[in-house]
Amino acid sequence: MTALPDSLPSAPEVSPPRPPGGAATVLEVDHFNLWYGPTHALKDVSMTIGERQVTALIGPSGCGKSTLLRSLNRLNDLIDNLRTGGDVRLRGDSVYRRGVDVISLRKRMSMVFQKQNPFPKSIYENVVFGLRVDGEKRKAVLDEAVERSLRGSALWDEVKDRIHKSALELSGGQQQRLCIARAIATRPEVLLMDEPCSALDPIATSRIEDLIVDLKREFTVVIVTHNMQQAARVADVTAFMYLGRLVEVGETTQIFERPRFSETEAYITGRYG
Amino acid sequence: MADASKLPPLPPSPYGRFFRDGHPWIWTTRAVTAVLLLMVVGIVGIVVFNGLRTFWPRRLVRYEMKDGSVVVGEEIRREVRRVGLDSREQEEVFVRVGNREKYGGNDFRWIVAADVKSTSVPEDLLSFERMEHGPAYGRVRQVLEADVVDGRRVQKVVAEGKGALAALERGIVEAAERRASRLELQEGEIDTVSRAVDDVNDRRRWLARTVEPDDPAFAVRKAELDREEATLQERQQGLLQKVGAVLKEDRRHLVLLEDGAGDPWPRPVAISQVLRIDAVNELSFVGRVGLCVARFWRFLSQPPREANMDGGIWPAIYGTILMTLIMTIFVVPFGVLAALYLREYAKQGWAISAVRVAVNNLAGVPSIVFGVFGLGFFCYLVGGWVDRTFFEQRLPTPTFGGGGILWASLTLALLTVPVVIVSTEEALAAVPRSLREAAIACGASKWQTIRRVVLPYASPGILTGTILAMARGAGEVAPLMLTGVIKLAEDLPLDGEAPFLHPERKFMHLGFHIYDTGFQSPNVDASTPLVYSTTLVLLGLVLLLNLGAITLRNRLRKKFRTGVFG
Repeated sequence: MTALPDSLPSAPEVSPPRPPGGAATVLEVDHFNLWYGPTHALKDVSMTIGERQVTALIGPSGCGKSTLLRSLNRLNDLIDNLRTGGDVRLRGDSVYRRGVDVISLRKRMSMVFQKQNPFPKSIYENVVFGLRVDGEKRKAVLDEAVERSLRGSALWDEVKDRIHKSALELSGGQQQRLCIARAIATRPEVLLMDEPCSALDPIATSRIEDLIVDLKREFTVVIVTHNMQQAARVADVTAFMYLGRLVEVGETTQIFERPRFSETEAYITGRYG
Repeated sequence: MADASKLPPLPPSPYGRFFRDGHPWIWTTRAVTAVLLLMVVGIVGIVVFNGLRTFWPRRLVRYEMKDGSVVVGEEIRREVRRVGLDSREQEEVFVRVGNREKYGGNDFRWIVAADVKSTSVPEDLLSFERMEHGPAYGRVRQVLEADVVDGRRVQKVVAEGKGALAALERGIVEAAERRASRLELQEGEIDTVSRAVDDVNDRRRWLARTVEPDDPAFAVRKAELDREEATLQERQQGLLQKVGAVLKEDRRHLVLLEDGAGDPWPRPVAISQVLRIDAVNELSFVGRVGLCVARFWRFLSQPPREANMDGGIWPAIYGTILMTLIMTIFVVPFGVLAALYLREYAKQGWAISAVRVAVNNLAGVPSIVFGVFGLGFFCYLVGGWVDRTFFEQRLPTPTFGGGGILWASLTLALLTVPVVIVSTEEALAAVPRSLREAAIACGASKWQTIRRVVLPYASPGILTGTILAMARGAGEVAPLMLTGVIKLAEDLPLDGEAPFLHPERKFMHLGFHIYDTGFQSPNVDASTPLVYSTTLVLLGLVLLLNLGAITLRNRLRKKFRTGVFG
């Protein structure tokens, strides 16, 4: 095991590296840099995300893992004073190319947030939101999407009798599963999850974790988590980030059992975090 | 670490707990709130008390004076006044004696309390509500019918003594029916015909302006117009004759009253002049309450009479509501769109800050300045252009080129738009970032996010701004005086006549009505109580409009805010 050198070209020599586990590549992050004003928040990050795998981003607070996640679907565009360098590619299409249609891009990469954020609308309207902004009006299509997505997020049996009631009447865990249903209603390719369980109790958390493992059959999942046990339980691939750099990425068992860098080991054994 | 038991005790506060805990300041806040509450309760109490007392039927008192004369009327108040060169104090009674034309135009009188020999409340004294000249107090002596026989006017007594009152009441009912039929004619057919005549005259002027008199077409068109006018005038004559017949019938039925002292009036008056008789001295308490409510209802539902000194305020209520609604229709979209741009789309910088400061300062501009602007811009500039473009036939008579309810509403919309902008901006800023991100992450464009998520969530805040704007607009008077309010409007700005809404019409307004009855009235004593009553109605109206909007807002708030953290 070696310590992280002070000046890093931490990106592996082979670019793009193959996703671990032999999966096809969905997303490539290619020498990506990001500055909030003068702060260099992401430093030369390169990684690939494999199809129908769960990739977990772990690391201590402020290491840039959420920033990286939000860079994938360009949600960071909403922030003023933001600069980026390098590129992200979704199945070979550049995400940061000039003139790219950000909106259609985001439709291919749905997102679930840290704090459950259902719209103050009915359960039904929450799920079909993405379809509605796409101009979908056919009731049959919308109804089908609602049932499929709610089944997909393991919420259907609990809410099927009250899908026209306000989403705000649901419990916190149910709301978060509703947000997942909303995210998968438009059949995205990638599901981005930003600490989806951090505001939930242990029971709701374990349900979501089970759900993530199920979702893998259909979607590529990228999940940011604070909780290493969670990463160990759900992720096929784990990436460890530290101070804006991607320290190492590999199959979850390898990262947790045979980390290559001392920082990784220090983090997963709980010496900082 | 030191052992806690060995630490020295904290020194006592030099002022004791009283000052340390801020009790003087807590009491100051309480006192200020109490003063505020007292002032609000006081002002509302005075308005409600005086406003309702206007309609309370007071007893008719008969004062027998030491010099043998008799004064009959409602006692308004007693006061100790200083009189004479030596300004000695003397108690006087302020009495409304009614019968205005009989007593030389003044129906209020001060009498010296010491000169009163005795007072009584005779049961049979009546209070007459009349079309003109305010109330009359007294009794009915004779009901008469006047006829013209051989070119001479002959009066015949129909009823006298005990039967006279019943005959008068029957006569009042008949007169009311005649009045209703006459008004129907005047406001229906006669109005239509006279508008048609106006229209013919407009076209005649237009013809003279556009076609040369020696053009053969001129003679043809002129003949057409002449024929049309002749037909209309014939129809008008017929209608006017019908009205004349009704008026003639009104003049046939007369009543001779006597005043409280028992002296008959010099001449009998037409029964159609009397609207109601109330035996106020016989009424029980419940009866008085009933009469008070009935009078208040008539105040609300009838047009004013006698230069706003008598009658009701219905057109003013109507004008106020309609103007406020039109203003709201303009100000809300305008303010919300402006706030959306400022908050959501504009790049924040010194230019936008300057716009914001300017908008906030608009709220501090004296409202009369808005009135001047409204008159110059809306009435003369925009209205003048509208007239030249669409109503050229009617010129030089202005249609939109003068004051009107549309221009007044627009002026008030301008006055209140800062309120809407500021509260909408605050509401937009309060929409949680997480909801915006959720929408954007679902692939919504910025506009879709605003329309589907941000605006619904901000709608309670936007409605708060609307409520504030409506309250401000409904109570504003000064700008209206320049842009379309008048003392007495013949026609309502929204009525059954096509095109139903007449945005060019002048209108009456409660705020202006208060000013008019309070300060422009020829008879201050008679109109002062109406100032309170009108104020009461205006306060009630603003309260009602606000309650409506607040209910709506609370419903929305409940819809959007329940259980977010549940």
